[in-house]
Amino acid sequence: MKDFLTDAVQTLVTFLQGLGQLGLFFVSLLVYSPRTLVRRPQLVMRQVYNSGAMSLTIILTCGLFVGMVLGLQGFDTLQRFGAEEALGTFAALSLVKELGPVLTALLFAGRAGTALASEIGLMRATDQLAAMEMMAVDPIRRVVIPRFLGGVISMPFLAAIFNMVAIFGAYLVGVSFMGVDEGSFWSQMYANVAVADINQGIIKSVVFGVVASLLAVFEGYNSVPTAEGVGRATTRTVVITAIVVLIMDYMLTAALIG
Amino acid sequence: MSEPRHEVPERDSPSCTESKVGEPDKAIVEIQDVAFTRGATRIFDGLNIRIPRGKITAVMGPSGTGKTTLLRLMTGQLTPDRGQILVEGKDVHSMSRTELYAMRRKMGMLFQNGALLTDLDVFENVAFPLREHTNLPERLIRHIVLTKLHAVGLRGTWRMMPSALSGGMARRVAMARAMATDPEIIIYDEPLGGLDPISMGVILRLIKRLNDALNITTIVVSHDVQEIASIADCSYLISNGKVIASGKPDELRENANPIVQQFMTGMADGPVPFHYPGPDYSEQLLGGSSE
Ligand SMILES: Nc1ncnc2c1ncn2[C@@H]1O[C@H](COP(=O)(O)OP(=O)(O)O)[C@@H](O)[C@H]1O
Ligand SMILES: [Mg+2]
Repeated sequence: MKDFLTDAVQTLVTFLQGLGQLGLFFVSLLVYSPRTLVRRPQLVMRQVYNSGAMSLTIILTCGLFVGMVLGLQGFDTLQRFGAEEALGTFAALSLVKELGPVLTALLFAGRAGTALASEIGLMRATDQLAAMEMMAVDPIRRVVIPRFLGGVISMPFLAAIFNMVAIFGAYLVGVSFMGVDEGSFWSQMYANVAVADINQGIIKSVVFGVVASLLAVFEGYNSVPTAEGVGRATTRTVVITAIVVLIMDYMLTAALIG
Repeated sequence: MSEPRHEVPERDSPSCTESKVGEPDKAIVEIQDVAFTRGATRIFDGLNIRIPRGKITAVMGPSGTGKTTLLRLMTGQLTPDRGQILVEGKDVHSMSRTELYAMRRKMGMLFQNGALLTDLDVFENVAFPLREHTNLPERLIRHIVLTKLHAVGLRGTWRMMPSALSGGMARRVAMARAMATDPEIIIYDEPLGGLDPISMGVILRLIKRLNDALNITTIVVSHDVQEIASIADCSYLISNGKVIASGKPDELRENANPIVQQFMTGMADGPVPFHYPGPDYSEQLLGGSSE
């Protein structure tokens, strides 16, 4: 019992230390980000291109199929109430407010986040970061911040692309396969999706973009500099991002709806 | 202030590693009574080293003695528990970050495996410190980079990626990069590790040539005793956290200390045992799986 208690306390302390470290790391990124954005925009744009282009295929594929599933399930549920024409509204609201931001963040973590974590981790393991330090170049500013900002900037766009493809998927299934009236599919969607709904989605995707990018560069930068350590950092990136994004999704939803 | 120089040929003459009265600032780097611990391991305890200006100084010792750690202490990447490290008379660990970065710009360091930036090609790797620290026009950068690459014999690889280079070539590119900003001190960590004899010879000659031609201070950390001793002006041998011998290569070879002898001649067993401590061999063999 006493062992269990000391273990629990130990775990808690480690957790809080990690959280503090993450907080300080985040602050230092925020402090230097504006300067990097102004002075070295080309470094940031290259990373927007990297993480954006990297995730595009998976976003397009998954978006299409998520939308098609929504079309099937939505149609099946709505026709029980005789409300099939509401399919457009149903799909758009689920996507814009929830599925778009959340799934994009999870896919981003799996594709771009892991790549960022392992890239930075490998740079540490192979002394590239130490070599920069020795050339009087701060790796936080030269390596970490451009990658962080690249993720933060690309995430809302990826979420928007995900939503558009997914709505097309729902349209394809609902209208072309299930015979929902095309006019009511779109007109109901226009009539019922409010600006506030879209804003909610944008806020979420921005927050998740910060979370996913921060965790990826943090895990990579602080990984143990061995092959095993880099592997562990990559896994942790996906697991922790998923947990944090889903918890924050609930909190954000409660705050934005409430 | 300088007294007349008298070269004393006796055995106990101040060798390259001791300060001479009247020449107090001959050392460019001075490590004074440094102690450093990592976890529970005491890596250094009372380490004293003087690196003379303009010479090639070798720091040698078995793997795991802390040679890389020493370089990281010297360049301010790690902080000692005790003692101080002076570079050009200034304590590295009481410098501000700006001062530290200014000091590092006068140093070039070659990491164990070159540490080239994997997302940049050879040309951009050598150009990296120039692009980060200067606003030189592209034409001048091109000129400097190609000159440095030519000096290490790799001008032809300028558009190759680091992953396409052999170990020896990667190290030569890293040398060109370290030389790009014309440093006053250049530091090599295991420059010969894992190289074939031809590449070793190439690197050794390059180290010597760069040191002589540019009149810079060279620090080489290595366990390849014979090879490094052939170019070093003075050497330090560290073991168990302390300097156990120092002097010109000949002085080390004549040193009577059995550990020094074992290290200089490369014998497998001696004061440094071949066997990691363990239970008695025959007992362990007969003891079955429960042991
Ligand atoms: N990051 C680290 N954390 C803990 N111990 C380390 C670390 N780096 C090196 N060590 C230990 O410090 C000792 C010296 O390492 P190092 O300086 O790399 O030796 P060398 O370069 O002489 O082979 C070794 O025993 C090594 O296990
Ligand atoms: Mg080493």
